[in-house]
Amino acid sequence: MNYILIAVGGFIGANARYIIGLLAKKYINVSIPIGTLFINAIGSLLLGLLVGKGIRGDVYSFLGVGFMGAFTTFSTFKLELVQLWQSKEHKAFVVYLILSYGLGMVLASIGFMLA
Amino acid sequence: MRLLFIGLGGSIGSVLRYSIYYNMLAINGGWLPFLGTLLANLLGAFALGWFTSRLLLSKKLPEDLAAAIGTGLIGSFTTFSTLSVELSSLLQEGQYLLAICYVFISMIGGLVCAFGGFRVGQRRVVVQ
Repeated sequence: MNYILIAVGGFIGANARYIIGLLAKKYINVSIPIGTLFINAIGSLLLGLLVGKGIRGDVYSFLGVGFMGAFTTFSTFKLELVQLWQSKEHKAFVVYLILSYGLGMVLASIGFMLA
Repeated sequence: MRLLFIGLGGSIGSVLRYSIYYNMLAINGGWLPFLGTLLANLLGAFALGWFTSRLLLSKKLPEDLAAAIGTGLIGSFTTFSTLSVELSSLLQEGQYLLAICYVFISMIGGLVCAFGGFRVGQRRVVVQ
């Protein structure tokens, strides 16, 4: 694995997540954090596609480990869940939790199938 | 400027995540290939909970630096796409029990870590 390519992919992926998160917050007004949900769902589909196609080496370091790894996030997802719970949005908490894992798994599998 | 900070955090977070993944794979010989991802995700969930509650208490950190650490470094250290692909692979291999265990630990463990980090960060630091 090439650490330089992982770092460059991570640089771009983190910024893509930041920008999409800002846009989602600005333009879409729903109780669940739709930006992170969208990012994690689409990232799962694309990584499934990448792994399904058997892509390895430098391209995988850059796109898979770096970009897709940094683009999607687990820590923000969990923190948002804690914040939903603390602000008594229990229904949104359950919907966000189940949708995230459900969409992630289904879309990664679709990615594998499409490959 | 903000984007440069977030990007640098993202680079470091991604390389750290891969180092953990790679070393865990070497330790357990590939029996539980998802162990590295799980470890990075749980550690990161705790770290972000802690960092966020500390930040709320003392707003001394410049915003760009806070974004570099929270959104960039910790956000990129953890990942969701690999988790999804690992779960999907376990299901395709018919390893249903392992997949259920993984979902359960990730789901509950992640919440416990994020909440635990948040509470630890809220503790007042007493300076004599």
